[in-house]
Amino acid sequence: MNEVVRVTSVTKVYTMGDQRVEALKGISFSVGPGEFVAIMGASGSGKSTCMNMLGCLDVPTSGEYRLEDVNVGELSRNDLAEIRNKKLGFVFQGFNLLARTTARENVELPLVYARIPAAARREKAMAALAQVGLADRAGHYSNQLSGGQQQRVAIARALVNDPAIILADEPTGNLDSKTSEEIMGTFQRLNRQGITIIMVTHEPDIAAFTSRQIIFRDGLIISDTLNAAPRVAAPAPEQAS
Amino acid sequence: MTTLLQSLLIAIRALRVNKMRALLTMLGIIIGIAAVIAMVAIGTGASKMISDQIASIGSNLLLVIPGSVTSGGMRSGSGGTPSLTYDDAKAIKAECPSVAEVAPTVRGSAQVVYGNQNWSTIVMGTTPEMLTVRDWPLVAGRNISQSDVDGSTKNCLVGQTVAESLFGSADPIGKIIRIKKIPFTVIGMLEHKGQSPQGQDQDDIIYIPLQTAQRKVFGSQFPNSVGAMMIQAQNAEVLKKAEEEITALLDQRHRIGPSRERDYTVRNLSEILAVSEQSSRVMSLLLGAVASISLIVGGIGIMNIMLVSVTERTREIGIRMAIGARQRDILLQFLTEAVLLTTCGGIIGIGVGVAGAMVVSKLMQWPTLISSEAIVIAFLFSAGVGVFFGFYPARKAAGLNPIDALRYE
Repeated sequence: MNEVVRVTSVTKVYTMGDQRVEALKGISFSVGPGEFVAIMGASGSGKSTCMNMLGCLDVPTSGEYRLEDVNVGELSRNDLAEIRNKKLGFVFQGFNLLARTTARENVELPLVYARIPAAARREKAMAALAQVGLADRAGHYSNQLSGGQQQRVAIARALVNDPAIILADEPTGNLDSKTSEEIMGTFQRLNRQGITIIMVTHEPDIAAFTSRQIIFRDGLIISDTLNAAPRVAAPAPEQAS
Repeated sequence: MTTLLQSLLIAIRALRVNKMRALLTMLGIIIGIAAVIAMVAIGTGASKMISDQIASIGSNLLLVIPGSVTSGGMRSGSGGTPSLTYDDAKAIKAECPSVAEVAPTVRGSAQVVYGNQNWSTIVMGTTPEMLTVRDWPLVAGRNISQSDVDGSTKNCLVGQTVAESLFGSADPIGKIIRIKKIPFTVIGMLEHKGQSPQGQDQDDIIYIPLQTAQRKVFGSQFPNSVGAMMIQAQNAEVLKKAEEEITALLDQRHRIGPSRERDYTVRNLSEILAVSEQSSRVMSLLLGAVASISLIVGGIGIMNIMLVSVTERTREIGIRMAIGARQRDILLQFLTEAVLLTTCGGIIGIGVGVAGAMVVSKLMQWPTLISSEAIVIAFLFSAGVGVFFGFYPARKAAGLNPIDALRYE
């Protein structure tokens, strides 16, 4: 009962024109608190569909998805928006920060939609930026930051609402290997603090930083293994400084 | 409230990014609002001018004119018969309780000579009540008195145009002028009155005592007859009643019955003039309507740009939705942006319109009237245009599927 995520026999079917695409053909798994899970698979394996569903951007065609024991499939669009706001934090491949907006304002954005007053927003945003080691860049515009810094701002934004899970969709896809390792280091550190992270990736050496790997193929889970000895990232710059 | 403020901040930022575009988009609204403000100012100015002219005629007036009569198969026009008399006028004054004053007139044109100056003008015989009825004060001298009328004295009042033409800047009081070769003493000068609604110069006139006109100047075969009578009712409410009383009295005095056609007509002057006021109001409405079309065109421009903006910012919308923006939040954000655009345009447009109206009234000597009402309405209307034309793009933004929006390149 203390699972964060429970997915039971979930299918997802898209109809594109007259073509019926079965993206998920019945998957079941659960994720407990404090886990760091990598979802892997080739493109078209259904891992992105699974991620959209976990992120409450989409609902299953059949089966059940419970997030902290709430059946997401029964919720309205507004309720889904609220769940995304309160319980989930997103980190995307393309960073997806708002342009011409400072790092702090980007981090504040989820709090704006949570109707949190400005002063409290500012405080929380600064705390989240400090967690990813970017407190000194709070006033920088997103386009003035490097790729790695942008991704860490995105992580701070994902953190700021104290979500149940952080969902990361190919978070290192646009970064070089050194920066990728830094980002993974940030994730590992957050995970050690007890934050549940689910990450989609197709790179095995990135997945190696996680403690559990779920592999998708053709809309089904073909393996779900624990990684007893995750690769340890080199100390991230925010720890060094 | 905080969300509204937040949307406003977001909107201001979004518009600042594309300043040129925002300005060009606003231009449609600016032109529209400016046109409406200027047109309405010009229109109401014109209608104010007309209603001032109407007021210059005098208030609560009825005009009784001798009627048409059929004789030998010929119908003469109104005023064709000398059917009204001074006694009728006296009777109306005495017996109609709703009537305040009666000023009978005898009217004709005449050559007026003073020294080597001569001038052709309108000479009107009347009674002292005339100046009350027409609400027309004297600037100098005294009014015609009842004894002037009864004694057929050769005293007269002159209008400003006549005074200027005959005496230049000299004081006309006490001067002797010759009307149809009969010498008259000028006893009073009338205040400047200006144009009548029909465009006649009301100051081009000489008033003489009624009986002097009847007997000495325009001698006719019906010595007691008068032309038009101007009658002032006690007040606007009893105007209709006064009309009925006069009709009843004159019907009785003239023995009007089934076999005898009415030989006079009662006209409500205010009504006639209200028609011209009405037409000027229709005119200003029409101007406003034409100007509103440009507002609608401006609104369509807003809608167009907002649609472009929604498409351009699809990804931003996706991000906002992913991190918890509700549909309502997105709707409000884009609606605020549209309304901000149109209200800014509206405010600038009001400024331009007011300035334009002032320039028109300066350069073309055309009276304009800018009412605060029109400004408030224009402002609200510009906000309304924003809501109306911003709603569809905003709803489109709010209706986006977050997954598709996030994937949008």
